Amino acid sequence: MAGGKEKDEIVAGLKLNSRLLELLAKLQEIELEDFEMEAGDLEIWLQPGAIAAPTVVPPKVVAPPVKAKPTQIIETEFIPPVETYPGKVVEVKLGATRSEGGTRGKTVVIGGETTPAFYTFERPTPHPPVISLDVFDMEVPLAKAVKMHVKDVLGDPAAWAKLAVEKFGADMITIHLISIDPLVKDAPPKEAVKTVEAVAQAVDVPLVIGGCGDPVKDADVFQEVAETFAGERFLISSVTRDMDVERCAKFIKKNGHVALSFTPMDLNLARELNRRLYDFLPKEDIVMDLTTAALGYGLDYAFTNMERARLAALMGDPELAHPMSSGTTNAWAAREAWMKMAPEWEPRELRGPLWEVVTALTLLLAGVDLFMMMHPAAVKTVKDVIAQLMGGRSGNAEKLVEWVTVKV
Amino acid sequence: MSEREAKGKIGVKELSPIDVYKLLPRTNCKECGEENCMAFATKVVNREVPIENCKPILKKEFEKAYKQLKELLKPAIKEVVIGVGDRAVKLGGKLVMYRHELTYFNPTAIAIDVTDEMPEEELLSRIKRTEEFRFEYIGQILKLDMIAVRSTSNDPDKFKAVVKKVAENTKLPMVLCSLNPNVLEAGLMAAPKAKPLLYAATKDNWREMAELALMYGCPLTVSAPNNLKLLKSLAKTLVEYGVEDLVLDPGTFAGDGLADTLNNFTMIRRAACKHGDELLGFPLMGVPMTVWLDSAGIAQEIVKWREAYLAAMLIVRFADILIMHSLDGWALLPNVILRQNIYTDPRKPVAVEPGLKVFGTPDENSPVMFTTNFALTYYTVASDIESAKVNAYLLVVDTEGIAVDSAVAGRKLTAEKVADALKASRIENKVKHRKLIIPGKAARLSGEIEELSGWQVIVGPRDSSDIPKFLQEKWQTQT
Repeated sequence: MAGGKEKDEIVAGLKLNSRLLELLAKLQEIELEDFEMEAGDLEIWLQPGAIAAPTVVPPKVVAPPVKAKPTQIIETEFIPPVETYPGKVVEVKLGATRSEGGTRGKTVVIGGETTPAFYTFERPTPHPPVISLDVFDMEVPLAKAVKMHVKDVLGDPAAWAKLAVEKFGADMITIHLISIDPLVKDAPPKEAVKTVEAVAQAVDVPLVIGGCGDPVKDADVFQEVAETFAGERFLISSVTRDMDVERCAKFIKKNGHVALSFTPMDLNLARELNRRLYDFLPKEDIVMDLTTAALGYGLDYAFTNMERARLAALMGDPELAHPMSSGTTNAWAAREAWMKMAPEWEPRELRGPLWEVVTALTLLLAGVDLFMMMHPAAVKTVKDVIAQLMGGRSGNAEKLVEWVTVKV
Repeated sequence: MSEREAKGKIGVKELSPIDVYKLLPRTNCKECGEENCMAFATKVVNREVPIENCKPILKKEFEKAYKQLKELLKPAIKEVVIGVGDRAVKLGGKLVMYRHELTYFNPTAIAIDVTDEMPEEELLSRIKRTEEFRFEYIGQILKLDMIAVRSTSNDPDKFKAVVKKVAENTKLPMVLCSLNPNVLEAGLMAAPKAKPLLYAATKDNWREMAELALMYGCPLTVSAPNNLKLLKSLAKTLVEYGVEDLVLDPGTFAGDGLADTLNNFTMIRRAACKHGDELLGFPLMGVPMTVWLDSAGIAQEIVKWREAYLAAMLIVRFADILIMHSLDGWALLPNVILRQNIYTDPRKPVAVEPGLKVFGTPDENSPVMFTTNFALTYYTVASDIESAKVNAYLLVVDTEGIAVDSAVAGRKLTAEKVADALKASRIENKVKHRKLIIPGKAARLSGEIEELSGWQVIVGPRDSSDIPKFLQEKWQTQT
């Protein structure tokens, strides 16, 4: 199948994509340059007073006016509709430095919101949402658009993690321990520990420890990892309802880590699992994952579920007042993200990462604090947007209307 | 605390069927098709039927009650109609700020721009591509909605000519864009009955724009970039002037100013929905194409990429209409799908009936597959089986409308459920073999399914697009 044509496409895709990355990286500079260049001649076009000379003759025979038409702007007040909320999302710290009992060079704090996502007219966002990049402990099926960026490090989680932090700007790394799956390689917990060790050595950002989805095996492996890396405040991804919740919560607490409480798109189940965790864990040690569905494949459920959870938390529901994590990589489950389609929808090298971006940004606006992501261009874009929303500068209001006349 | 509050008038959440029932004729005449007036009132409150389905209420004797009902049912965001005929577009008409409070009405309209200095060939090609854009998704056709005609020349004659050309070549409604009233008037003369949306009234030209809107019966956009006091003042002035249909543009900033943009959209929508501020209760316009303002020297793909994600954020944050430049499928597809998702009625589960579905004319040797009852999953799998032109049975397992991978993770799809569904379907009476093809993403259930059902499990492809190939290679060698 890998004929000449296919190969050409791969090459073309690579080029386009690395160019995109490169250009995205340079965008900041370009914008600045442009801004400076054009700052001088902002007013060229915007002279509506001069253009709008009195040539439009008001029609004389319209229906007789009921009341006198205003002759000047009727000034009215605008009062920002600011609210206060009884609830607050708890702050959760991920990662621990040497002085804190771990070995991480960097730590992050997420949560702490007292207002819906980026309602910064009310109150500033206390902590920027962060991005954790996916690293797999073995070869897994990956979309072509993703694979081209990590092909040299597949099967080498430590190198992959390094690439993700140094080149792609990851705030955190999620190490997915796929090989422990009894249906895959059934790798023993000791082997998983070695993988985590290699990743922890390679990068100094906080880690997320991802399981395989088997409730029994995951608990065994998580315990081994939790004990070996006591004090690191790793995020254990995840604790689910069909696991031995008490056992998991205890080894997470005892060894100083953080639980990711995962439930399938149902706020009542999320509350219930969180309540079970409260018996053993303080609130500050719990992040929740309410399930992320891809754009086009149930994103509306995920969005509304998260939006409702956050509003409920602010209205004082303590059982939902946790930072939210999203498995945004699920965006790639949508076939439109990776599949070759008719020419009018190509190239998929752009369509795919954009799918991940749109999934992420939709959920960013619902209140997600931690994104688990995959494609470097998507990561770069989401980081840029977060930076803008955290306190970007104001735009140039005078110049904005020029979109009407801009020549593209 | 006051997210729940609605000062002044009854918010949609508080409106009960009784409030509507009290004002109906209460004769239980059934003309509306409902059993009685109370049942009708319930549907009206849920916005499932319009009040006008009650024929008696439209009679003279109920005039007062009808007026009261209209006021009671008035959406927080006014519905503004652009264009005429069957492609006319409704903007706004929202009742709630958050979709879970009821549902959103009137999906964000997407307008694609053309200019009065574009070569004719390009102009016609852009119109054609806008009109012909279509993507089939869960049995719906996703489309683009409007053409935004910009005057880059600032020349009335050129604008008039291009508006004429656009009107001749498409029935899509137009947005006429120029801050120069003379130019806009020339455009309106070329299409005097088309009821385009005018862009835009500003602090400098509002009077002339208001006159044009009144003269031609057009809705009018109000533009006040990042200045909500001015925006609201202009809205008040224009309403007083007699212009009833407004669209609000608080400015779309792509890079610097993005935070202000989201704040402005949010503040306007909250003021209208939660505080009953009627002057801000108009549809909102977002202009993702402002990304092209500073695009010199930047690769087109990057600008299109930025335009696409800006559009997505605005679809999520309350925009009722967007003006875009990029016509690239890769950039538009995520947005039309996002729009469909956000505007799906959250009260209705997106699920299909579980049970056994038949494709072609299967016999006792035909393959048996299963999938979940999430509508999108089902339609996707069904269309892939159809395109393979094979005779097969597809068992739809009830996962409460959740897709395969999420359902496996969330235990909505279990071996028990599959075994029970197999049994209930009586498929064992229809085929000789006992081989079940399961979705690749449900592979981890294989062993348990075999144990519980006694059927042999064959793990199918992870994506149903591979079903045709899979059946050809695996099923035929199996049998």
